Amino acid sequence: MGTIPQEHYEPKEGTTSKWINDRLPIMGMLDHLNKFPTPKNLNWAYVFGGILVLFLVIQLATGITLAMHYQVGEDSAFRSVEHIMRDVNYGWFLRYAHANGASFFFIAVYAHIFRGLYYGSYKAPREILWIIGVLIYVVMMATAFMGYVLPWGQMSFWGAKVITSLFGAIPLVGESLKIWLWGGPFVGEATLNRMFSLHYLLPFVIAGLTVLHIWALHHVGNTNPTGVEVRKKDIETVKKDTVPFAPFYVTKDLFAILLFLIAFAFFLYFAPNYLGHPDNYIEANPLATPAHIVPEWYFLPFYAILRAITFDLFWIIPAKLGGVLAMFGAIAVLAFVPWLDTSNVRSTTYRPIYRWWFAVLVIDFFVLMWAGGMPAEGIVPLVSLLGTIYWFAHFLIVLPIVGLIEKPLPRPESIEAAFKKKHDITDDANKTPAAGAAAQPAE
Amino acid sequence: MMPTRRQRLVPLRSLRNKGTDMKTTMKSVLAAAILGLALPSAAIAAGGKGKLLGHEFSFNGVFGAYDQGELQRGYQIYQNICANCHGMKYVPFRALGDKNGPGFSEDEVKAIAAYYEVPDEEGEPGDTRPGKPFDYFPDPGAAGNPPDMSLLAKARAGGADYIYSLMLGYTGEEQETAGTILYENKAYGGYLGMGPQLYGDDVEYSDGTEATIEQEANDISAFLMWAAEPKMVERKQAGVWSISFLILFATLVWFTNRKIWAKVKHPEDH
Amino acid sequence: MAHAPDDHGHVADEDRRDILFLATGAVGAVGVASAVWPLVDQMNPSASVLALSTMEVDISALEPGQEMKVSFLKAPVFIRRMTEEEMEKAAAVDVSAMPDPDPRNPNAAGLVADVNERLIDPARGIIVLSGVCTHLGCVPLGDGAGDYKGWFCPCHGSHYDSLGRIRKGPAPENLPIPVASLDGDILKLG
Repeated sequence: MGTIPQEHYEPKEGTTSKWINDRLPIMGMLDHLNKFPTPKNLNWAYVFGGILVLFLVIQLATGITLAMHYQVGEDSAFRSVEHIMRDVNYGWFLRYAHANGASFFFIAVYAHIFRGLYYGSYKAPREILWIIGVLIYVVMMATAFMGYVLPWGQMSFWGAKVITSLFGAIPLVGESLKIWLWGGPFVGEATLNRMFSLHYLLPFVIAGLTVLHIWALHHVGNTNPTGVEVRKKDIETVKKDTVPFAPFYVTKDLFAILLFLIAFAFFLYFAPNYLGHPDNYIEANPLATPAHIVPEWYFLPFYAILRAITFDLFWIIPAKLGGVLAMFGAIAVLAFVPWLDTSNVRSTTYRPIYRWWFAVLVIDFFVLMWAGGMPAEGIVPLVSLLGTIYWFAHFLIVLPIVGLIEKPLPRPESIEAAFKKKHDITDDANKTPAAGAAAQPAE
Repeated sequence: MMPTRRQRLVPLRSLRNKGTDMKTTMKSVLAAAILGLALPSAAIAAGGKGKLLGHEFSFNGVFGAYDQGELQRGYQIYQNICANCHGMKYVPFRALGDKNGPGFSEDEVKAIAAYYEVPDEEGEPGDTRPGKPFDYFPDPGAAGNPPDMSLLAKARAGGADYIYSLMLGYTGEEQETAGTILYENKAYGGYLGMGPQLYGDDVEYSDGTEATIEQEANDISAFLMWAAEPKMVERKQAGVWSISFLILFATLVWFTNRKIWAKVKHPEDH
Repeated sequence: MAHAPDDHGHVADEDRRDILFLATGAVGAVGVASAVWPLVDQMNPSASVLALSTMEVDISALEPGQEMKVSFLKAPVFIRRMTEEEMEKAAAVDVSAMPDPDPRNPNAAGLVADVNERLIDPARGIIVLSGVCTHLGCVPLGDGAGDYKGWFCPCHGSHYDSLGRIRKGPAPENLPIPVASLDGDILKLG
């Protein structure tokens, strides 16, 4: 363990950089970030971290500017959103970018989480890095939920009412907690005001957690598709396994970001309301519930888990509380994955049995997402229940047991070896072009 | 297409350009009032279970844009028929002059604004004055709270196509519930409080276009889509520009990235 | 990406890479600038604010000696129709001896704050004034208030005459005349 050896920052005498760095070591920090030794074999599944940083910035920039025009209040919120859409210069752009930005933020975060699960990014020494990530995800969900309330449309209002009512299920304190959250016996002005306050605050909490997340990452180093750690013997050995972050991963991440932005732009400009719900263009009305209340798509898997518990759990937990516990438990279980996984192999690539179970988990996630979006009738409740059972079984049963019984495949001895094998690089390449290299088209 | 019921109603509509048949209007208002109280969820249901016609609008697709004539004709339908019951409280009169919208002239916008009575904030409560371009389409205050039309095209699954299909979806079947007449509509997928509003030749289009019922349904749906999404044309133009730019930039970054990685992936060439 | 190999293939490669990098960087800079512009432009006046930047007032009901006050851009504007007597009296004063001889009128090109330069319609005696004291921004009282039978600012005692010219007190300038035009009975502000 320990950090990856990296060349120290040595600014030249008499330069501005040195003057600054002697007083605030920010130049050294930037230099560290630039030259950070990053495994040279990262594949395209590793691009989502960069995408997430960009989307945090997009959400902050559009959110802060929207807040310059948004007027919180039962009578003004909906109207001010229309003012933004119709009158404010580029207001439609800011709002649609913010609303669709939330969706694409979640697409990236789910890809990032499943990449972490597949390549064992949570295993020692990255437990804290992983747990900070789970915390970021939880705060993201809270932020997104509160943000959806702000336009004060029908879905905003009823979503807020239904989700905050969940807390009413908690024994003894539930009812008081609900009243405390609402700021009264109903969802109204007070509720909306605090949602806005917290929606503005929490992104900065996410930003702070992101700094910790990246700090931890730079301490322990990236994982990579082989799961084999960078050899940390000395700087020369490190250089065989890694490349400096800049420019190699700057351009690679940038390319991925641009592809992601193209998809984002398509929704923003050509289908801006596709991921939303028509009912949210109807002003909040406490006297009329929409026919079918659905949360935003990124909550659907957990919404399905919430609705799956329609019976008393273990004879003592009432169904309403059971649903709430299952929903929060389904997220909380992620934080314990580092200790639930008993395998001594990091990357699922070399785990012939677990690989299939991982595929089932991904399918389960999408099945739950589908079930969460459907009215709870027909086979939907059964599907939700089976999906919920697998979700917990995967983490609490499959993950510990498969790690004990599975015989892993042989792994490469180093990142360098894996990289050379993949790109047909021979050791004496500099002297005589090898047969394999000759087949490569010259650039 | 033309049920006998509708044909029977046509002669009643003698007042061209003077709004809906008052009898029909009052009936629908009453029905909506009762529905609004008795069946709140049904009254605001966002369509869904009905059958839509899949109408091709001028503004469909990436390059689709509003047609100015269509929006101006649609406005005529709104003013003469819809505005008797439905307001558009988020749409200012001045927006009617937008070049990517109906594109009425400054004088036309002033005349349209003055046609409506809006609340006079400087007078006694309840006082009204003729509208000015910066005012908003007023709520006519019809009984039963007919929905505001500012966002209707975005507040219904199917959007403009839903409105188009609804206008043409009346089967002529009626049903009496709690003393009000409800009208069967294929787009709604059941019976609703608002009766048929379009019959063909309900207005005399100022541009001479023949006012068939399909034409009217197309125009009002397009107008309401514009009312709900006035920046659509700007948005799509920005989209074509942005995505072209992103593709160009991504291509450059792709080659840059390949170049940068070449010496690591193909050390034998360097 | 094929290129003609030559004896100095390596050098040519470097050159082309430079152009590629420059192009990528330049296009990227354009992209960042275009993405930032909406964030800046959103702070400029919105369409609803701009819609209020002109206002039409019907002054047909204004009789000689009457005054009306309208609110324009969140500030008062005084519209007064002067009597013959008031106009004669105002014309008789020596402008050059006043604290501020400038007409303060963007609608007129003249240099002297006389009746012709201060009134929007000298024939009917109509004057339009911004109702904000040039001292510290209070709203002066009207209808012939003050020592000079014009307007009087109660905050610090500035006296304006019937043409809104400062005559006495701490205010440094005449009440400014807003951008306005008169078309028959319709006064257009802004």
